[in-house]
Amino acid sequence: MQDLLLVRYGEIGLKGKNQSFFLNTLMNRIKEALAPLGGGRCRRTQGRIFVEIKGDREAALDRLRKVFGIVSLSPTREVPLDLEVIKEEALAQLLLARERDGGSTFKVEARRANKAFPHNSMELNQLLGAHLLRNTTGFSVDVHEPDIRVKVEIREKAYIYSRVVPGPGGLPVGTSGRAVLLLSGGIDSPVAGWMTMKRGVTLTPVYFHSFPFTGDRAKEKVIDLCRVLAQYCGSLNLHVVHFTEIQKALNQHCPEDLGTLLMRRMMMRLAREIARQVEGKALVTGESIGQVASQTLEALHVTSAVVDLPVIRPLVGLDKEEIIKRAQEIGTYNISIRPYEDCCTIFVPRHPVTRPRLPQVEKAEEVLPVAELIAEALERTEVIKITERGREGNGFIHGH
Amino acid sequence: MEREVYLDNSATTRVREEVAAVVLEAMTRQYGNPSSLHRKGIEAERLVQGAREIIARSLGVKGEEIYFTSGGTEANNLALKGAARARSRRGKHIITTAIEHPSVLNTCAQLAEEGFQVTYLPVDGEGVIDPEDLRASIIPETILVSTMFVNNEIGSIQPLDQIAEVLAGAGQDIIWHVDAIQGYGKLPLKPRELGIHLVSISGHKLHAPKGIGVLYVAEKVPLQPLFGGGEQEKGLRSGTENVPGIAGLGRAAELALAEQPEASARMQELKERLVAGILERVPAARLNGPREGAPHIANISFPGVQGETLVHALEGVGIYVSSGSACSSRQPKPSHVLTALGLSREEITSALRFSLAPENGEEDIDYVLERLPQVVADLRLFQRR
Repeated sequence: MQDLLLVRYGEIGLKGKNQSFFLNTLMNRIKEALAPLGGGRCRRTQGRIFVEIKGDREAALDRLRKVFGIVSLSPTREVPLDLEVIKEEALAQLLLARERDGGSTFKVEARRANKAFPHNSMELNQLLGAHLLRNTTGFSVDVHEPDIRVKVEIREKAYIYSRVVPGPGGLPVGTSGRAVLLLSGGIDSPVAGWMTMKRGVTLTPVYFHSFPFTGDRAKEKVIDLCRVLAQYCGSLNLHVVHFTEIQKALNQHCPEDLGTLLMRRMMMRLAREIARQVEGKALVTGESIGQVASQTLEALHVTSAVVDLPVIRPLVGLDKEEIIKRAQEIGTYNISIRPYEDCCTIFVPRHPVTRPRLPQVEKAEEVLPVAELIAEALERTEVIKITERGREGNGFIHGH
Repeated sequence: MEREVYLDNSATTRVREEVAAVVLEAMTRQYGNPSSLHRKGIEAERLVQGAREIIARSLGVKGEEIYFTSGGTEANNLALKGAARARSRRGKHIITTAIEHPSVLNTCAQLAEEGFQVTYLPVDGEGVIDPEDLRASIIPETILVSTMFVNNEIGSIQPLDQIAEVLAGAGQDIIWHVDAIQGYGKLPLKPRELGIHLVSISGHKLHAPKGIGVLYVAEKVPLQPLFGGGEQEKGLRSGTENVPGIAGLGRAAELALAEQPEASARMQELKERLVAGILERVPAARLNGPREGAPHIANISFPGVQGETLVHALEGVGIYVSSGSACSSRQPKPSHVLTALGLSREEITSALRFSLAPENGEEDIDYVLERLPQVVADLRLFQRR
C-alpha cells in the first residue's frame, strides 16, 4: 500500500483550456515544496492530484498547506479494488480518526467513479458501514452530523481517508504573471504581498534602504520577511534600492509637509522601473485607506499618478486588526514588530498634507532632478536571492 | 582596506590572541570535567584553580571567595537575589542607585515583586550619588546595598570609600554589593579594604570571551544559590564549570593586572584627546557625565542628529560606537542613565558613547577627529528644519 496525499484544487478546475497550464504549475509548486523532504511524485486523475510522499507525512502536510491553489488535502492510502481489503482499510481509518480527534458517530461516504467496480456507492456505504459497526465497540452511525466521515473513492484503485486538512486556496504562484511589491519592514506590506501571491502572482519585492538613516538591521528584517514569504513561493529576488540620496534631496529641497507623498512618488517610480526590468505587470503596496495621512484617496491619487501600471492595494478592505491577524497567520508579524527604525518613521512630517492636489505636488517636485536621482538609485540597487533558508550563498545557513 | 576603529569596548571587547590561545588549549587539550576523578579532570581543575587565584590576587582576596558564573548578568542576579533571599527574615529593604545596569535594576524589580522594598538613590549632573542620601535612606530593615563602580554609559565613578564610611557607621549588618563590570581591570579595586561583600565581574569587557563572569563573595556572607544541581563552586553555582572561559578570563585578568596602571593612564590620555578634540571641532557637542571619570568611557551629545543615524553613518567610515548603551539600543525608550542626569530629550537621543580599550592608539583617535565633524555636519543638514 502506498502512502498518498490527495490534493483538491477547486477553483483551477474551472479554467477551461488553460487547465493544463494551471495544473502543471500547481504540480511543479507541490514538487518544489516537497523537495526538502526528498520530493514527491504527482499524478493527476479527474479533479484530483495524488502525491506520493516519502518520509514524514505531517511534515509534508505542513509544507503543502502553504501551496496556493490547494483547497484541501487528505492523507490516504491506495489499495486494490478488493472489497475485503477496502473493508479492512476503512476500519483502520475509522480507528485512526477516533484516536486522533475522538468521536462516537460515523458515516461512510463512498463514491464510485469507476463503474467497473461491482458495488455501487449505496451498496458500498451499507457494506462498509455494517463491517465497521460489527468490528468496533462504542460507535453508532449518524448520517446527518457524524463525528467522523470515512470517505471511499473507487477509481482504478480504491482510496480511503477520514481526514480533510484545509489548504490556502487561491491560484498556484506562477499562473498570473509578475508584480513588484513595495516591501517595508512594517506589518502591512508583507501581508499585501502574500495576498497577491495567493492569486497566482509571482512577486519581485523592492526595499528602499536609506543607510545611514536606516541601519543594516532594518535590511536584515526585510530579508527575514522575504524568507517567510518564500515559504509560499519558493524563492524571491529582493531588490534593495539605495534610497539615501533621494531621501536627502527631498529633505533638503522640498516642503516638509509634502515629504511623505514625494517620497512615495519616488518609490513608485523606482518600482515602476524595476517592473520594466523584470517584466512586472503591476505594483503592489501595503496601503489601506485612511490609515495614515499618506493614505487618503487624494494621497493615493497623487502617488499613483507617476506610474502607468495598475497599483494593487489588497489591504483596502481590511482593518488594522484584521491585517495583524493575517500577519500572525502568515508568520510575518513577529518579524515586523522588531523595533528598528526605517526611513518611513524618521522622515515623517510633523503636519503632513492630507488632501494634496496633483498640481501642488508636481510643483513642489520641480526643483528635483528626478530622472537623475532615479537612475542613480537604480544603478546602486542590490539584488538578493532569498529562499526560506535565507539568502542564497549564505554559507552559514546552508553550511558545509 | 578601509580603516576600522572600534570604540565600543564597553559593549564588548575583542578577545586578545594570548587569551584565545589559552581558551583553544582548554577546549582541545585540557577538555576534562573538573569533577572527574581521573587525570583529565585534575588537569581541568588545575586550570580553574589557577584562574581563581589570579582573580583573587587582583582583588586582594582569597581564592575561596571567587565564584565563576556565566557572566556579569548572572553575577548580579546571584548577588542580589542570593543575598536578599538569604537575609529576608532580618529585613526586606534594598538600596541601589538610579543609574545601575539593567541586570541590577530589573533584578531589583523582580525582588520588589517578591515583597522587597527598593530605594533608588538619585545622582547629580555628573552621575554620582550623594553619600548623605545613602545615609538617610538606611532603615533598620535595610539588608542590602548595591552600588556600581563605573557606570557603563557615562563612565562616572561612585565614591566607594565614602559609601564604605556610611555603611561602617550605620551600626547594622548590611550586605554591600558592587557591580564592577566596567571598572574591573581599569581601576584598582580592593573590596576587603572597603568592606565590600560582593563584587561582579564580566569576562568579555576585559578581552576574554563572552559567557564567563565572576562573583566575589566575602567569607561568611550568606547567599542562596540560584540553581540546584551538581553542587559545583561549593554549591553556590551548580553546573559544569566553563573551563575554557575560566582559563581565558584568568589569562585576561593576569594581563590586565600587569598592564593596568600604564594602560589606564594611556586610555585616559586618549579619552581626553578625543573629548577635547570633539568639543573643539563639533559645534554644540556636549559632554555628558564627568570630565574625569573612568579612563575609557566618554558620552557626548550631538544635538540635531539622531544617535542611531550617527552610529550608522560612522560605521560607514569604519568607526564603531554606541548610541546610549548597546543593551538599550534595541528598545526605543531613552536611556535611564542620561535621563537621571537631567538631560533634555534632544540631548539624550543624540548621545553617543565612545569606549576605549588599551589596544586603541592615537591614530584611532585622530581618525575619529578627522571624520566625525564632517559626518555630523552632513547629517545635520537632513534633520528637521
